[in-house]
Amino acid sequence: MYRIAIVGGGTGGTVLANRLAEELGPELAAGEVEVRLITADPEHVYKPTFLYVPFGKKTVDDAARPIDELLDRRVTLDIAEVTDVDTDGHALTFADRSRLRYDHLVLATGASLDPDAVPGLAEGGHHFYGPAGAETLRDELADFTEGHLVLSVAGVPHMCPAAPVEFTLMVDDWLRERGRRDDVDLTYTYPINRAHGLESIAEWATDLFDARDIDVETFFNVESVDPDAGIVESMEGTELDYDLLVAIPPHAGSDLVIDAGLGDDGWVDVDRHTLEAEHADDVSAIGDVADVPTSKAGSVAHYEAGVVADRLASRARGETPTAVYDGKTVCFLEAGMDEATFIEFAYGEEPYVREPSRPLHWAKLGYNESYWLTARGLL
Amino acid sequence: MTNPPDADVTIDSRGATCPGPLMDLIGRVKTLDPGTTVALRTSERNSTTDVPAWLEKAGHDLVEIDEGDDEWTIYLEVT
Ligand SMILES: Cc1cc2nc3c(=O)[nH]c(=O)nc-3n(C[C@H](O)[C@H](O)[C@H](O)COP(=O)(O)OP(=O)(O)OC[C@H]3O[C@@H](n4cnc5c(N)ncnc54)[C@H](O)[C@@H]3O)c2cc1C
Repeated sequence: MYRIAIVGGGTGGTVLANRLAEELGPELAAGEVEVRLITADPEHVYKPTFLYVPFGKKTVDDAARPIDELLDRRVTLDIAEVTDVDTDGHALTFADRSRLRYDHLVLATGASLDPDAVPGLAEGGHHFYGPAGAETLRDELADFTEGHLVLSVAGVPHMCPAAPVEFTLMVDDWLRERGRRDDVDLTYTYPINRAHGLESIAEWATDLFDARDIDVETFFNVESVDPDAGIVESMEGTELDYDLLVAIPPHAGSDLVIDAGLGDDGWVDVDRHTLEAEHADDVSAIGDVADVPTSKAGSVAHYEAGVVADRLASRARGETPTAVYDGKTVCFLEAGMDEATFIEFAYGEEPYVREPSRPLHWAKLGYNESYWLTARGLL
Repeated sequence: MTNPPDADVTIDSRGATCPGPLMDLIGRVKTLDPGTTVALRTSERNSTTDVPAWLEKAGHDLVEIDEGDDEWTIYLEVT
């Protein structure tokens, strides 16, 4: 029997497991193949929902569904945390020290937030990148009537490179709708010498920030936060006073990856086209944990899952895999509370940013609703 | 990999696209003592403008930029 183990039941792992169940139906029925998904959390979390929580448009409950409701019945599900990957022995170890052998392993463990990497950030900053943070920020924002709101991207890479720009444009609009914008100064900070990693988005965002009276501080790498004084300081020596600090916390890969020798910095080193690990045989990685030169985005995890499903289906049938990932990335960007734009690009391409419109805003919300069908493999 | 004679630390960012090499450098500089010399290897032409601009803003010294075949090595000193 060919045993495929997938670790992580987020966007990438769930889409992959369902695609494999579909593609390998006859082999699964004949007992020639096993598709096993191992994930720590019994809930599947759709993180893009968190962007809307601070504005009271969604709740954190809207972001989660039981993983077993999303998985094809032909997939074997284990709710367990993997604590060790032995790539030589082709085996996983769990918290209770039991082991599981695999013939091919796919890591889809995502990225985690590391606010403690910046002194003072956990106490002084707010974020909308997880359920608790998004709820606290909603309460802070509800009471915020005047002062300086700083949106700071503390480090890259981070999930969804568009989200900080979206939040800034949305909060501007939201404050205007409430008649409070004149009493609030808004500043957006970014680590490199422009407002975003992709040049076309940086230009687009800078024009909109100018038009909406949002200050931009570039080359701003957050070094420390002083919660008592309300000051955020950069490595470059710039200080900003804030009344409300919304910071995208630094992200970390995982110790699991480092300990397994799959990538020194916690992201799995992979071939950017085949998504196979560079430092071990029979291991692939998809989604945020894979180190490829594009965004850490759900759309990337989704397309990568399709490629790896095709490659593993070929392997399971004894054929040579041919499917490759070309870096396709698709992203809707909110430009306020009721209009959005849309971009798509592949490796080495610069996206074209369309004029924001209401239909694209509704398309983004519609996509968010239909996401549950996507995860199930129906879309 | 061995360090070139005049660098204490070498960061190999070849293959990474913009702004990868700059971010690799920023992440590493955070951990280094003043006086450390660094060689940043990059195959991204934009690094030859991005990196000096950041060094100037952050107050570190640019020592020199060596051009190789399709790659550059940027030498700097942490202050
Ligand atoms: C606020 C916000 C807005 C976003 N908006 C968008 C958007 O508009 N468009 C877009 O494309 N992307 C967006 N993203 C990014 C998107 O959510 C992520 O890129 C996507 O979830 C990555 O999928 P993944 O499968 O790699 O990881 P995840 O979805 O994070 O899943 C990882 C899974 O692995 C499990 N796991 C981790 N470690 C272990 C272990 N040791 N053992 C067992 N299980 C483990 C976790 O429990 C989790 O289930 C957004 C993200 C945020 C935070």
